[in-house]
Amino acid sequence: MSSHQSLYSYIWQHSRRDQIVILLIALLAQPFYFLTLTLPKHIINGPIQGGGFEEQGATQAFLQMSFALPGFLPPGLAGTWHLFNGIPLERLPYLLALSLTFLALVGFNGFLKFLVNTMKGRLGERLLRRLRFELVDRILRFPPAHLRRVKQAEVASMVKDEVEPLGGFTGDAIVWPVFLAGQAITAMTFILVQNVWLGLVSGAIVAVQAIVIPYLRRPILRLGKLRQLQARELAGRVGELVDGGADIRSQGTGNWERAEIISRLGRIFDIRFELYQRKYFVKSLNNFIAQLTPFIFYAAGGYFVIMGQLDVGQLVAVIIAYKDLPGPIKELIDWDLQRQDVEIKYNQVMEQFHPEGMRPPGGPAPEASTPGDVDRIEFKNVKLADDAGFVLLDDVDTRLVPHQSVAITGPTGGGKEAFGMALSRQFALREGVIRAGDADFFGMDDAMAGRQVAYAGAEAFFFPVDIRANLLYGLRTQPRSVDAAGAPDSRRLLRELQRSGNPPLDARQDWTDYSALGTADAAGILDRIIEVLSIVGLENDVYQFGLQSRLDPAANSDVAGRIVEARIALHERLAQPGLEGLVERFDPDTYNRNASIAENILFGTSLDPALQPASLPMLPHFRRAMAEEGLEKHLVAMGLSIAETMVEMFSTLPPDHPFFEEYGFIPAASLPQFQQVIRRARAGTLTYADRAALAGLPMPYVDARHRLGILTPEITERLIAARRTFAETLPRELQGRISFYNEEAYNPAASILDNILLGRISHGAAQGSERVGTLVRETLDRLDVRDLIIDAGLGFNCGAGGKRLSTVQRQKLSLARALIKDPAFLVVNGALANLDDAQKARIVERVLAHRRSRATLWVLTRDDLADRFERTLLFENGRLKADSLATGAGILS
Amino acid sequence: MSIHAEVEALRKVPLFASIDTAKLKLLAFTSERLRFPEGAVLFREGERGDSAYLLLSGQVEVTLQTPQGPFVLATIGQHNIVGEMALLGDMPRSATITAREPVEALRIGKEQFFQLLRDLPQMTLEIMRELALRLSNANRELAAAHASRAGKETS
Repeated sequence: MSSHQSLYSYIWQHSRRDQIVILLIALLAQPFYFLTLTLPKHIINGPIQGGGFEEQGATQAFLQMSFALPGFLPPGLAGTWHLFNGIPLERLPYLLALSLTFLALVGFNGFLKFLVNTMKGRLGERLLRRLRFELVDRILRFPPAHLRRVKQAEVASMVKDEVEPLGGFTGDAIVWPVFLAGQAITAMTFILVQNVWLGLVSGAIVAVQAIVIPYLRRPILRLGKLRQLQARELAGRVGELVDGGADIRSQGTGNWERAEIISRLGRIFDIRFELYQRKYFVKSLNNFIAQLTPFIFYAAGGYFVIMGQLDVGQLVAVIIAYKDLPGPIKELIDWDLQRQDVEIKYNQVMEQFHPEGMRPPGGPAPEASTPGDVDRIEFKNVKLADDAGFVLLDDVDTRLVPHQSVAITGPTGGGKEAFGMALSRQFALREGVIRAGDADFFGMDDAMAGRQVAYAGAEAFFFPVDIRANLLYGLRTQPRSVDAAGAPDSRRLLRELQRSGNPPLDARQDWTDYSALGTADAAGILDRIIEVLSIVGLENDVYQFGLQSRLDPAANSDVAGRIVEARIALHERLAQPGLEGLVERFDPDTYNRNASIAENILFGTSLDPALQPASLPMLPHFRRAMAEEGLEKHLVAMGLSIAETMVEMFSTLPPDHPFFEEYGFIPAASLPQFQQVIRRARAGTLTYADRAALAGLPMPYVDARHRLGILTPEITERLIAARRTFAETLPRELQGRISFYNEEAYNPAASILDNILLGRISHGAAQGSERVGTLVRETLDRLDVRDLIIDAGLGFNCGAGGKRLSTVQRQKLSLARALIKDPAFLVVNGALANLDDAQKARIVERVLAHRRSRATLWVLTRDDLADRFERTLLFENGRLKADSLATGAGILS
Repeated sequence: MSIHAEVEALRKVPLFASIDTAKLKLLAFTSERLRFPEGAVLFREGERGDSAYLLLSGQVEVTLQTPQGPFVLATIGQHNIVGEMALLGDMPRSATITAREPVEALRIGKEQFFQLLRDLPQMTLEIMRELALRLSNANRELAAAHASRAGKETS
């Protein structure tokens, strides 16, 4: 671990100027604070008690400024200095003037405090921003081995939570102790001036506080550190439970994990409880000491007053001043505690973020010039080992040139994978060097190296954004436009960013490198994307995503119009013999047997969770519509029939049987309840709640699927009537939230496929989905909207870590992401591991055809594909065994 | 036709004859009712099967691929079950089934069938009894075939 800057030097380096300004204001506040302490004494002794107003018409000088110089000074200086002789005022006006002055002083002090606090807050936030950015920047520069070792949840907890107190502390790091010490010294001085003995007593007590309390607090700090470590580890473990959730379940080790977490929580409890005990003991002690002093003041101070050595005003002032003394002292002690705590946190976090072998700082984007491609990659005496030191590649010398496709072959584990990995720069070289052009490949800037060599490995990470963004991710190496800088608040943002030491990188700009795509701007990008998708065999998947996605017709009116056209064309085709009955259309005058009862009433779609078919029974308007058409008793009767069938069929199954989830109208836990309901129905004693429960059961009933025979023509007639009533009497607050099915209009709340179908695929039709899928594709191709659907499919969100994609899809996308960068060298290393051989061979051929003039290095799992390549490298036992050029064609073509 | 008719049809299948109504209803309920137009193929010889089909209406042809071309083995009608061996084991289909006219069939999935057996031991016993019966029938037929061939050879 390399060393890092100490907390104070870090704070001082980055906030010096602000700290000094705040300090000056804080110092400026002190004399005013002193005045607010002395004024009450003057008010009480002067105008209130009549001191100096003994004669009729006597006046006192207001705002007289004079300093009584201490008697120990040389005789020439002793005496009283008069700065301003003041305005003479009578008793009442004098009282008023003094009181108003007091008010003004309190107000001014408050204002200064506010100013200081705001400035401190801003200062702290700036430093926090700077520190967080630095930490994140360091994560991006972690050496690969360290990146593999750290737990992401722990690192996240450090950046997010653990440095947070630092922000709050920074503002207080310098100013607060000075301020508090100032206050304490002022109060102390004041007391001393009033009465030396009282001053000495309070000084002694303060000294005890300042020595004993910190001593008692030392173990608290140690515990606090322990607590932080434990909490961080807990965060790491929770992260593991989430990541490994599926494995924990399949291994059946849930209870082991529970036990482990329980013991961890036990440790955390012990630490925290001990902390509390100690904390509150110290707190009580502190309070007691603070209360001890007034006792002395009342007893001893009262004695002095009675003896006439101290006037009442002085004693009151001393007591008031003393009230202000323990406060600052206590806070100073608290501050010191906080300082130690924050220092520990800071040091701990910094240690974690200073591993050996960090990559050099990336800094702001280099000039937006695209350097030319390197003319070669050279391996010189390369030795590569994994984190455990196992040698993967030894003594490799070779030279890779552009325009050449290279098959990398050999037995599994013989070095071919490591050769590919070396080009991903994931493992440090033990010996030798890899050169890209004339530069050291490992020392190259990431953005530069990423442009020269694109690597597609077996495990690719995808961000939880859409496919398009993931696909184009590799092209975002630097900002390409500056138009976003014109935003109204950008100047302020820019200034703040500079004050926090963040580099001026703006995520709102367009970062996509269109030149690599061979297009000038975003317009031509889709063709390139589709080309790449079809090379890796992902086109159809994205097309399917597109069909399932929703489209905003306002933004894509042309597409929406064409989809409505496609709908009409499809329905015409579906009317042909042999195809009729494949799809049951949504017809306003017909009950749709392939849709549920709730869907038949709603007869539309909504994006509102409260307006989904499943939640309709909760909607008062829905219940009204059903009641109006006299459907309630029918629903209860249907519900009873369903309940009887379900109880009959399911009551012998164990409660965790998968059928409940797949086919049950009633969850296993509610079966006994419905058995009771059926019994009451037979006895004719149904309650209101029973009827409501029964009426809700038929809602998800799809006649063509469930075939329970509970829909009579009379009921379907009424359901159609209820559908009309529901739509026609829709209350104002629901209007516009439901898109009703309409033959002529695009439905923005439904998927593209549902828009084309405007109906349901019949449950009874053999291979219905496949046949309809083919018909839909043919129709769309004829209308030339396939590209638009793919465009919509590119908006499919890949999920956390790309988990919404299958493994094969992820691997194909990883290859596509590398391919679309059009790098000088493409390295494919296990990127298609999960594909079958035939698919793999087709993709290899398509990629090679596409990259005819560029270098492609492919680590092959099957050597028989090697004949597609111009050159073959054979690795065995970590060494390059053979290097052969294909005979005949290839190099010259 | 609702689930009740399907239950009646299931009851006529020897394999399911002695299973009580509630279970047959559950089997019908978890199965899919499918319509096949004339000429549609229910499944092909050699494919891996995952379901059986109970014919509710219409007739199907059972064909075998022979070196001489397809050979129609039999025509099967209402209330017969085809492909039921796929429910019990992972074996390829032994023949191709084609709809001779519009056919309605109940498709009984292997998954659903297995789920049912797993939790209903009594139903498993019924199936075993039926299988034993078939086995002994097959043995008897084999013995008879053997005897008749032996007879032919000696004659």
